[in-house]
Amino acid sequence: MAASGAKYGIATSHFYWIGAIPAMVFVGIFMMPFYYGSRARSVPEYLRLRFDEKTRGLNAISFAIMTVFSSGISMYAMARLIQTLHILDVPFQRMSISSQWIFDVSILFSALVVLAYILLGGLSSAIYNEVLQFFLIVAGFLPLVWLGLKNVGGWHGLTEKLPRTYTHSWAGMTNPNTNPLGVEWFGLVMGLGFVLSFGYWCTDFLVVQRAMAADSMSAARRTPLIAAIPKMFFPFLVILPGLIAIALPTQLPPVASTAAVQLVPSTGEGLIPAKMDETGQPKLDKNGKPVLDYDLAIPNMLLHYFPTGILGLGLTALLASFMSGMAGNVTAFNTVWTYDIYQSYIRPNASDAHYLFMGRLATVFGIALSIMAAYVATRFNNILDMLQLVFAFVNAPLFATFLLGMFWKRATGHGAFSGLISGTAAAALHHGLTLSAGAVPGVKGGWLGSVLHVYPSEMAQNFWTAIWAWTTCFVVTILVSLVTKPRDERDLVGLVHSLTPRPSEENVPWFKRPAILGALVLAMTLLLNLVFW
Amino acid sequence: MGLDIRLPIGGLFTVLGLLLAGYGLVSEKALYERSLGINVNLEWGLVMLIFGVIMVVLGRRGAGKGETGRPQVTQQRPDSSHH
Repeated sequence: MAASGAKYGIATSHFYWIGAIPAMVFVGIFMMPFYYGSRARSVPEYLRLRFDEKTRGLNAISFAIMTVFSSGISMYAMARLIQTLHILDVPFQRMSISSQWIFDVSILFSALVVLAYILLGGLSSAIYNEVLQFFLIVAGFLPLVWLGLKNVGGWHGLTEKLPRTYTHSWAGMTNPNTNPLGVEWFGLVMGLGFVLSFGYWCTDFLVVQRAMAADSMSAARRTPLIAAIPKMFFPFLVILPGLIAIALPTQLPPVASTAAVQLVPSTGEGLIPAKMDETGQPKLDKNGKPVLDYDLAIPNMLLHYFPTGILGLGLTALLASFMSGMAGNVTAFNTVWTYDIYQSYIRPNASDAHYLFMGRLATVFGIALSIMAAYVATRFNNILDMLQLVFAFVNAPLFATFLLGMFWKRATGHGAFSGLISGTAAAALHHGLTLSAGAVPGVKGGWLGSVLHVYPSEMAQNFWTAIWAWTTCFVVTILVSLVTKPRDERDLVGLVHSLTPRPSEENVPWFKRPAILGALVLAMTLLLNLVFW
Repeated sequence: MGLDIRLPIGGLFTVLGLLLAGYGLVSEKALYERSLGINVNLEWGLVMLIFGVIMVVLGRRGAGKGETGRPQVTQQRPDSSHH
């Protein structure tokens, strides 16, 4: 996210303020009752209870593949970072091991750590770790923001050094050509704020996990609302370092105290170096300007400001942010594999002990597959882009299915299934027929031969792909549901809004009531948007 | 099950805080040129130490009362009754 902070400026905060908080409030107030009430153990299981077996199977299989690749991608990104920063170069020299092995050792070691704590503690250890990692990230990045801001002369100094659109989140949003994101406000609010963020947060496996782990309905509903509060302030922690990195005068990057090698030549901007090609020359774009490697914004800031001591803490925080993604995905994989694929299709009616054993086995296999995915990523650079694209195609329509499933009792299994398939197809079709400005047809779109529309930025293209997928799924689900046989209402109690008794809130003090908490969170978010207008 | 999450957080921050602040006390001044002359190890170490101790104290007090409200995690072994 600091990468986007440097690239797009404070507008990146939209990913939190529009792209997460409203959706989290919605989850807490409206969707948690169904997850908690239905006692579903996973998103696919809810789909089976509400719709039918085939909808669940489709979702379970695409989800299992997605989690393995996501954790592989986290692993790959972390190992790459360790390699680029030359953190392990000196220790490796001392042990006289060739530095070629750094990448492999990083991957293997992170895999073993995650394997150990998931096997020993299961789901609860994954959740504990995630909370610990969150605090660690705050502890590591907060002093960075403090030192950085002090250096550039506070927020005021920062606004003077950067163009206006970098420090005003809504500046130029009426026209895609006048803001750093290259999106107009409608695409931003509908694409990011509605389809993508609601799709992500409402069907996120971790949300369902927390519903399972909570000890009461109101605790389950409060969790996403309370989690929304740190999300509100997280932009300052991760976006500000990116902004400061770009505002600082360009200089020779500092050498890590443990590193013997110079990091990068000074062809970048601020603290952000240029991307290198295979021959060690900076990559240039069409206008002959170097392409900046925004991913190195935070690492370089850490090396710039932190002396030995706290530098270790900062790097730990950085690694923690990769690890937490990995563990969450692996626990998600083993649950979905064991319950939604193995127990349902491969071997039903086995003993609990057998499924427990299968779950453990799935953890080991999930991690092994992630390692494979990480190596596949090193071989084929484009495969990452392609996979993320496919995930987007599969995920975008899912929220339409959930929305109809939870709030429209007439929606049927056939409707949901055909909606999901056609939504995914619509996403692929839209992506294949459009292109973002300056991109070459291929992974970036336009692969269906003709280009019907050119978007000003890749982000605009992604947002609109999601909007198309969602709308198609929504319409197709309704049409197919209307011509297929509805389910008996008695089967839908606890699964559909109108057939579920309202949770009682009489004994809950006002500050613990989901609706009041939700309204408070939204009001604070609105205030933040106004301050950084 | 049901270890109070404040205890591991507090423990971790106390240990890290002590390490950082301790190193900040013995390290040379020249080290802090890059951090604008601020002994960031000592100062941030103290902040972490204070936070860690507060967490441990709150966690222990909560455990004493048998309170179960805060972000506490209990694992549920799913039953297979409806299969």
